[in-house]
Amino acid sequence: MRSRLLGMIRKEFIQMWRDRFTLAMMLFMPMMILGIIGWAINTDVKHMPTAVLDQSRTPESRELLHAFTNSQYFNLNYHVDSYEQITRLIDSGKAKVGIIFPPDYARSLKQQRVTQIQVIVDASDPLVATSAINAANAIGQVGSLRIASETLQRSTGRVPSAAPLDVRVRAWYNPDLVSAIFIIPGLLGFILMQTTITIIAMVVVRERERGTLEALIVSPLRRWELIIGKIVPNVLIAYAQMTFALVFGVWLFDIPVRGSLTLLYFLSLFFIMGTLGLGILLSTIARTQAQAMQLSYFIFIPSVYLSGVLFPVEGMPPLAKTVAYMIPLTYYVEIFRGIILKGIGISYLWTHLLVLTAIGAILITTSILRFHKKLG
Amino acid sequence: MANFDLDSYAVITEGLTKRFGKIVAVDHVDLRIKRGEIYGFLGPNGAGKSTTIRMLCGLMDATEGSGYVLGHDIATESERIKEKIGYMSQRFSLYEDLTVRENLDFYASLYSVPNGIKRARIEQMIQMADLTGREGALAAHLSGGWKQRLALGCSIIHKPELLFLDEPTAGVDPVSRRNFWDLIYRLSEEGITIVATTHYMDEAEHCDSLGFIYQGRIAAQGSREEIKANALKGQVIEIECHPMREATIFLETLPGVAEVVRFGNTIHVVIEEDGPLPTDVEARLTSEGLKVNRVEAATPSIEDIFVSFVGLVDRRSLRVQLKRMREGEI
Repeated sequence: MRSRLLGMIRKEFIQMWRDRFTLAMMLFMPMMILGIIGWAINTDVKHMPTAVLDQSRTPESRELLHAFTNSQYFNLNYHVDSYEQITRLIDSGKAKVGIIFPPDYARSLKQQRVTQIQVIVDASDPLVATSAINAANAIGQVGSLRIASETLQRSTGRVPSAAPLDVRVRAWYNPDLVSAIFIIPGLLGFILMQTTITIIAMVVVRERERGTLEALIVSPLRRWELIIGKIVPNVLIAYAQMTFALVFGVWLFDIPVRGSLTLLYFLSLFFIMGTLGLGILLSTIARTQAQAMQLSYFIFIPSVYLSGVLFPVEGMPPLAKTVAYMIPLTYYVEIFRGIILKGIGISYLWTHLLVLTAIGAILITTSILRFHKKLG
Repeated sequence: MANFDLDSYAVITEGLTKRFGKIVAVDHVDLRIKRGEIYGFLGPNGAGKSTTIRMLCGLMDATEGSGYVLGHDIATESERIKEKIGYMSQRFSLYEDLTVRENLDFYASLYSVPNGIKRARIEQMIQMADLTGREGALAAHLSGGWKQRLALGCSIIHKPELLFLDEPTAGVDPVSRRNFWDLIYRLSEEGITIVATTHYMDEAEHCDSLGFIYQGRIAAQGSREEIKANALKGQVIEIECHPMREATIFLETLPGVAEVVRFGNTIHVVIEEDGPLPTDVEARLTSEGLKVNRVEAATPSIEDIFVSFVGLVDRRSLRVQLKRMREGEI
């Protein structure tokens, strides 16, 4: 038994080593994806091209426009003379935002009447729209407050000490609200899942395609020896991949590591076992490597969208939430973020550990049972 | 089974049957393979050879019937059987991304060859397969004959009592085929029972016993001599004459002629037991106005013998099948 299992593991390692292309892909893919996410993706959109129709042309309107520019969210690229021009600029995509001052802007302010500034936002991209709306609202409120206090000062001669209500929000764990810090740990979990499932499904199906599985079946090798022999080398490679990605993330994107890495590596084992079990299960269904690839997408798609990698699980409708909590990645993303960003310990994560252990045990057992040592 | 001496037979089956849906791939096959012999399992592609072997090796379950391999029941003791047999498939089952030595080493560990003798055993296999100097070459870089011998080495590294060879010579050049059979003789001399399937009829000459399978059924089985003695009651004559087309058509209508087959320039005629003599045939052809160059009695080939076991209706299609295989179309 020892000889068979060790032989199997050694063989898998040699094959992995010989397939340099796949090996390199496994180790460098996380880096590539981290690079893209870290540098290119930013949900907080700044410097939006903006068109301005200032019908007032007064120091007051210019002052407010200054506030828009100072916020860094708006680049006042176009100054136009008609509403139609704004429509055209937004339609053509040249401007994302349009700001319109009414002709009586300054007069209304002086007469202490309520006045309206229209801000048009191209909401076809919700990320852009959200940024623009939030920024415009904030500028509007700050402006109103300032005008109100000036008015008050003029009428009463008193200088108000401060705004009457002061709400202070403190963003914990990610004080600068950098979206990469939220996304990267989840994405690392997803990449880990994707590569482990794909690689193990491929290596098993490859044995079937090349006819070597026949030789394994006809040998005294036991089912569990075959499967454990496939799993062990893949666990180690997954750890290597994870380490590479973590080092890269910390080094280039200042991902904070606040909790215990030992705990992270320990809990990762249970997640990886589950995904490898899932991969072997796939290989018992797929007949060819291409089929295995296609099947794996049925797992990847729900995993990436429902597990909280990109969108928070808290906001999902009940049914989606139920599905989300059946996906191992959901637990792993919470573990990963919890340990890396919040520095929480096992006392907060033991339910996750239990669930992952249960899912992993079920998947590996099922895959061993489903893996018939017969051809037909 | 009680009336059989399980010790003197390596393989015994009774009514062994395999169905895939409605298709009957193997139809009530009774095999008798003695210990120590080389048993050739012959038949065209799709006749059920590989399926039978796979059931014996524990790669597939039988739908019906029973079988004993080395005294173990194939239905319940396949794990015991697996330790004692070697199996080499026509796909060779080598890891192409492993070297010669790594392949042998892996198979040695699969069969739990003790560490003390493993190294010596691997060297022995490398020598046998004539792979000395190529131990470090990837299996992918070996040519057909080398691959075949390496696959053989991998399948006997644990010194099995019984070796199953499923189409071991398919797609290998004639020189390599002959070398391969030399290796098989040597293994047989060491006492290993060999069961080889093949669709090359000429390879039957290498075997002690033969089994012919056609459309899932055993058409004939026995020692090579027995088969030859019992097979053809009549005789085979070879004719060279002109024009061949007319001659063929005429010969087919002659009473007492079982089969007329054209092989290149000669017409091969199988005569029934009480059929006409070669001289009679020559006379009839001449009287039809055909130019006869040569008529002589020939030794029936294994193919003639095989075909003679098959019902008259199937003979023509079997001949066509065998001819295409011989010419390497399949």
